[in-house]
Amino acid sequence: MITLFIVVLGIIMIMAALMAIYQKNLLSAIVASGVISLLASVIYILLAAPDVAMTEAAIGSGLTTIVFLYTLNKINKIKAKK
Amino acid sequence: MVKQLFIIITLVFLVIMLLPLMTEVKPFEDLSLVSQKYVNAGPDELGSQNLVTAVVVTYRGLDTLGEVAVLFIATAGIGFFLRKKAVEEKDMKSKASVLVRTGTALLLPLILLLGVYIFLHGHLTPGGGFQGGVVIASGILLLMLAQSDIKINISLLYWIESLSGAFYVIIGILGLALAGGFLDNRFLPLGDFGRLFSAGAIPIIYSLIGLKVGAELVGILNNMQRSQ
Repeated sequence: MITLFIVVLGIIMIMAALMAIYQKNLLSAIVASGVISLLASVIYILLAAPDVAMTEAAIGSGLTTIVFLYTLNKINKIKAKK
Repeated sequence: MVKQLFIIITLVFLVIMLLPLMTEVKPFEDLSLVSQKYVNAGPDELGSQNLVTAVVVTYRGLDTLGEVAVLFIATAGIGFFLRKKAVEEKDMKSKASVLVRTGTALLLPLILLLGVYIFLHGHLTPGGGFQGGVVIASGILLLMLAQSDIKINISLLYWIESLSGAFYVIIGILGLALAGGFLDNRFLPLGDFGRLFSAGAIPIIYSLIGLKVGAELVGILNNMQRSQ
């Protein structure tokens, strides 16, 4: 049962990764890369590694996404000025 | 055409090299010798309920010191590159919506409390300095989003960061002088197994790491927000 769940999560992760690469809209690509980290942290919990899961959820899907969003915001502002 | 051919040849070679990994490797049934030593002797030797923390802070404490140093260098680099063009922006004054501001006022104390809880209880429950520090930084980030004209006291951040880093190394040297080795936690009494004040110096070390990581990440976010 857990194996099936992990396989499903893995498939969704691969799809999100492809979306992060091929998506033309950068905002969606950033959100997709955040989804990868979130699902990875769920898998870590299923594999009984809560310490790693906390790190992954906080840094991978929280802080990294925010830093990317800040950068995207700056780039858009600079583009709008020109 | 030639380029694509190269790519295909490389991929085929990779498949040939990695195929045995899929078919022949069996999952480990037993722990390795080092892991057995940690699992059997860890709780008695170090008095830490969360064995992961015991390994990260004490047995592999030098690696953790390296990680903290890497994070410090990354922060310094980001500060160096982004501060060059730092300009006080006028259009940062745009106000956040009522939802964000009210939600921040409600959630910020809880988030900070959760962060402190995570690194204070690192030796009892999952989590520790890095996770707690990131949670604190995300709370401050919420504050920055809600009130974009807020001024973070940067010199206070630098003081927290450098003092906690220095005390981390001092505690490591105390372990070397008074107990078994560098970053040994047993120069303080181990206490009762599973209580808050137990496991020697592990809670102190993890609190210092939590403060340091939190201060560094807030510094990064502050640089990102203010740079042009």
